[in-house]
Amino acid sequence: MLLFLILFPLVGAGIALILPWYQGRSWLLPLCAGLHLLLACLILLDPGPLGPWLGLDALSRLVLIVTSLLYLGCAVYAVGYLNQRRDRGNKVIVPCLLIFLAAMTLAISARHLGLLWMAVEATTISSAPLIYYNRNRLSIEATWKYLLLCSVGIGLAMLGMLFIAYAALVGGVTPVSLQFDSLLNSATLLSTPWLHGGFVFLLVGFGTKMGLAPLHSWKPDAYGEAPGMVGALLAGGLTSVAFLAILRAVQLMTAAGDGDMARQALLGMGLLSMLVAGIFMVRQPDIKRLLAYSSVEHMGILAIGVGIGGLATFGAMLHLVNNALTKGCLFLSAGNIQRAYDSKKLAKVHGAIATLPISGSVFLAGFLAITGSPPFGPFMSEFTILRGIFGSGHLWIGLLVLFMLAVVFIGMGATALTATQGEAVQLETDFKDSFLLVISPIVFLLIILVLGVYLPEPLQRALREAANLLEVTP
Amino acid sequence: MANLLLLFVLLINFYTLGSARLVACIRAVALQGALLALLPLAIHGPTGHALLLGVGALLFKGIFIPLLLLRTIREVRIRRDVEPFIGFVPTLILGLLVTAGAFIFADFLPLAHEHHEGLFVPTALATMFCGFLMLITRRKAITQVLGYLMLENGIFVFAVLLSAAMPLMVEAGILLDLLVGVFVMGIVLNQISREFSSLNTERLTALKE
Repeated sequence: MLLFLILFPLVGAGIALILPWYQGRSWLLPLCAGLHLLLACLILLDPGPLGPWLGLDALSRLVLIVTSLLYLGCAVYAVGYLNQRRDRGNKVIVPCLLIFLAAMTLAISARHLGLLWMAVEATTISSAPLIYYNRNRLSIEATWKYLLLCSVGIGLAMLGMLFIAYAALVGGVTPVSLQFDSLLNSATLLSTPWLHGGFVFLLVGFGTKMGLAPLHSWKPDAYGEAPGMVGALLAGGLTSVAFLAILRAVQLMTAAGDGDMARQALLGMGLLSMLVAGIFMVRQPDIKRLLAYSSVEHMGILAIGVGIGGLATFGAMLHLVNNALTKGCLFLSAGNIQRAYDSKKLAKVHGAIATLPISGSVFLAGFLAITGSPPFGPFMSEFTILRGIFGSGHLWIGLLVLFMLAVVFIGMGATALTATQGEAVQLETDFKDSFLLVISPIVFLLIILVLGVYLPEPLQRALREAANLLEVTP
Repeated sequence: MANLLLLFVLLINFYTLGSARLVACIRAVALQGALLALLPLAIHGPTGHALLLGVGALLFKGIFIPLLLLRTIREVRIRRDVEPFIGFVPTLILGLLVTAGAFIFADFLPLAHEHHEGLFVPTALATMFCGFLMLITRRKAITQVLGYLMLENGIFVFAVLLSAAMPLMVEAGILLDLLVGVFVMGIVLNQISREFSSLNTERLTALKE
């Protein structure tokens, strides 16, 4: 069943390659995405045991459902988007999007570190053509930076994995294996220096992919130049997958009794990410780069949540859901605004609400949500994380996070409000808000609104189980 | 036998760092990949696993990827790497220093008993550092790809120590990922040269704050 979930998008990609019908190719995306979500839900009802290669534990179940939901929204949007981009075609982007889905699913369900590595590298390769979709000088520069930095990062993650295998070898574990469950079982035997080295390289490698500062430099370029839906998939889906990979390393460190070191490293990188993001968001003249820095900030918040532990870990799990869906809403509506104005710079973009009533309003609401304004979901999760920070006695860290949240709110607000407020402008393009282009961001917005006021019991349980996986000590 | 191979790998690092001719650099990295392909055979003997790993590495690292890169530079007609950010001689000296550092550092590492003598760990570290140097100091996009390949070669040396821990499927997947990754990089390289009529990455500076 799980194997089918990974393989059928590849079949879809194969069909897309030979199908000579433009609309058919576009509609293949929501078809596969809908099937993926349906199957994912079915699997979640009965996850089955963890296999040696594939399997879903509480953490991966959470990431799987979020990614699948986000992907469906982006796939529906893609039909409308590709309709408008007939000049650019969809012969490459549709198969790549489907391969990307398969690679993400594989990375989420991998129970073997080697398989996880392969899948994450496959996401890098399959998303490079997505970033290059617009085929101009800027997008090529963004693609090159993305490809090179992420490949080197993933190379270092590979070294980290090898270090962990070597830790098992030196520790006298036989047989040496990178299978995750057997590593967890023999975690206390692993040689400590090699395990620490391995963790650092895994953190650096997958942290590059996730976009934690100071390894985030590809992020504004890639998110800025990629189409809106690709930005949404990268910022909501891929970052969650990379975060999952880092959490695997944290799980291993915790099982070996060195969880504190892992948490401190995450905490440090998280605070740095928020700081860097805050600095670059102030007076940011480009709405999509603004969203990219916001993504860096929220990766920082996730890392801080896990770094503090306890209640904050629960908050981080909730924030993973909220961040993914809010980023989906923001990137898709920003994509609409960019298409309408034929620009993403503040020099041209203003009065978006008056000009594009739906996309403009959704973008503004998304901005309020992502900066943690009630009653949206991110408010709840950020509040939970802050409660966790103050509750565990980290007064100064809590105050620092609050201060940086305020800086981000002001910095992001200046740009988002300038873009949305003001008189309507005469558009040079014939773009109009159409059903397919606005339904997904609206649905995402509604979901995070609901999550802000009411957390359903099954979700709460899923979040608790996921957080518990990170807390278990030997 | 294995140590002799690793010694050649180290020498190729220096040759690549000091050479300005791109074709020579690509051939050197190809030779390095081919030498590495012999490594599993040299330490594990001709077992099925080692044979398959060796053949895979030879095909991908020694043949396919270098051919791909040679084709790319023929299409864009560049021969030499002009004016790296740090000159060739200083990079060579830096390369020597990091190699010496790698040997000293490896002595302090808590290695498994059977690995204390060999050149494996210092070679792996030195090759990775040299790859990094290439990545950082060169201007041409293609030498950056070569730097990435050297980095991967360094990691491969370390991986051979552990090939028992890595099932064949994972190794095959890793090699395939590397191949496809470089293939995509090759396509992007072509696009860069078509768009900018050069492969200098310093032209790729429009995106910044």
